[in-house]
Amino acid sequence: MLDIKHVTKVFFPGTVNEKVALQDINLHINEGDVVCVIGSNGSGKSTLFNMIAGTFPVTAGTITLDGKDITKAPEYKRAFEIGRIFQDPTKGTSANMSIQDNMALSLRKGMRGLKYSLNQEKKNFFRQILEPVGLQDRLEDNVGLLSGGQRQALTLIMACMSHPKLLLLDEHTAALDPANARIVMELTEKYIAQEKFTAMMITHNMQFAIEFGNRLIMMDEGKIILEASGDEKRNLTVPDLIARFREIRNKDFADDEGLLTEGN
Amino acid sequence: MIEGIFVEGLIFSVMALGILISYRILDIADLTCDGSVATGAAVAAICITNGWSIPAAMVLAFIAGVLCGLCTAAIHNHLHIPGLLAGILTMTMLYSVNLRILGNKANVPLVRVDTMYDFFHQIFAFMPQAFASLAGTLLMVLVVKVIFDLFFRCDMGVAIGALGGNEQVVISLGMNVSTLKYIGLGLSNGLIALSGAMLAQYQGFADANLGQGMVVQGLAAIMLGEFLFRSNRISLITLRVILGSIIYKGLMFLGRRYGYLVGITPNDFKLLTGLLVIISLIIASTRTKMAEDKARKEAVARVMEDKKNA
Repeated sequence: MLDIKHVTKVFFPGTVNEKVALQDINLHINEGDVVCVIGSNGSGKSTLFNMIAGTFPVTAGTITLDGKDITKAPEYKRAFEIGRIFQDPTKGTSANMSIQDNMALSLRKGMRGLKYSLNQEKKNFFRQILEPVGLQDRLEDNVGLLSGGQRQALTLIMACMSHPKLLLLDEHTAALDPANARIVMELTEKYIAQEKFTAMMITHNMQFAIEFGNRLIMMDEGKIILEASGDEKRNLTVPDLIARFREIRNKDFADDEGLLTEGN
Repeated sequence: MIEGIFVEGLIFSVMALGILISYRILDIADLTCDGSVATGAAVAAICITNGWSIPAAMVLAFIAGVLCGLCTAAIHNHLHIPGLLAGILTMTMLYSVNLRILGNKANVPLVRVDTMYDFFHQIFAFMPQAFASLAGTLLMVLVVKVIFDLFFRCDMGVAIGALGGNEQVVISLGMNVSTLKYIGLGLSNGLIALSGAMLAQYQGFADANLGQGMVVQGLAAIMLGEFLFRSNRISLITLRVILGSIIYKGLMFLGRRYGYLVGITPNDFKLLTGLLVIISLIIASTRTKMAEDKARKEAVARVMEDKKNA
């Protein structure tokens, strides 16, 4: 499915601010895999997502999706097959447009023609899929009027409507309050189970990372330092992870402990 | 007299609709307008004085405007220059281009040739000429409005609307942002040039200096319209722009007519228009702030209420 080979990213090369964000990353993801990505701040998780999605070009290495080399493809072209949800709920929807306009746009990918955007059939369909998040009667409201949780739920629904081959979830519940985070997370699980999406999810919650999905990778200083899948992953515990981290990196975890929560 | 204000306002509203695309929908402060409105006027005037049919002249003026917008979009997209600077560059270059189009003359009169308005006077022969001009202009503006509304309700139009609100969304939907900016700025300046073509025919000449300060005037009209009513429906937003344009021209008329009583001359209009925009911005931001204050107070009251009940 997704093949990341020898991907390296250096920011500001040749300047005093030169920073190696990713160091020779190799990762293969199979169809249907649900991968949790953990690691402290600055470990390269988001940079890895940015490389996959094409926000910034890689410095070296190749990225292949479904047998197609996408290393040099611009972000908007990769978006045909990759759905991405950001931590910031305002990034996934257009605030000055109604919910129905936002949804009508996300029905498919690619350049748009002059077809009339909305019809009754589409509106009914939108109402139906918005029902679980209680937005079914607000189709004509501007998205700017929604709460962060509602906006993120809408973003998720919109991302899933176009059936992406790969779903990238970049701490998509981190900016929400616990109640809304749970609602969005439940919705995420439901969609992933229902549509059998291949997904990668960055999270700071180690307990959750152990429970969710079939694979787990831990990153630090631009490298993947730990990979677990299947039974091995299910049998992990949070203290295990912390111990493994200490063992591998041979450094005190205390600095990073605050950044990784053990669950709630 | 009063019909004149409406005709001017309606012609002006076509330009304001163009500015609506760049300024409100795409969220790009595009100053190309000051140049492209004169381009439209110049192209139409030269076509008509050279014996072209009026519809052909208007279409060519629109296309010339689209090219101006594409030029700004190209500078903005490929050189990664902010929209504001890209627009200023095009506008400045257009001043020379417009003089070239006008045959190196500062203005070209449209006398002893048939214009759009002579045509309106013929088909609406049963009414006085001033009303015939108004009826014809109204008809044209309505056609432009309906096409505009339909476009911004189709998939491509909605996508351009999304771009102004949030570029990332458009990228995520697999669309090339550059292409959408080309289309948006092209249409915007096409309408602006069309408005210039109508204006040249109405006032009877095309002038290389026609465009000076037009962006600010257009913004004033858009903002005046926004005080009338709130809506997120495109048909009402465009209606608001048209009404705002007429109100703006009405205010300018009052300034010309009665301004001398308080010592205002037409020389002061640019200053007054700028002040009008500033005042509109202040009112709009005060409104937002007041709404936020109110919401905050209500939230605090709710929290206190909950605490008391607990």
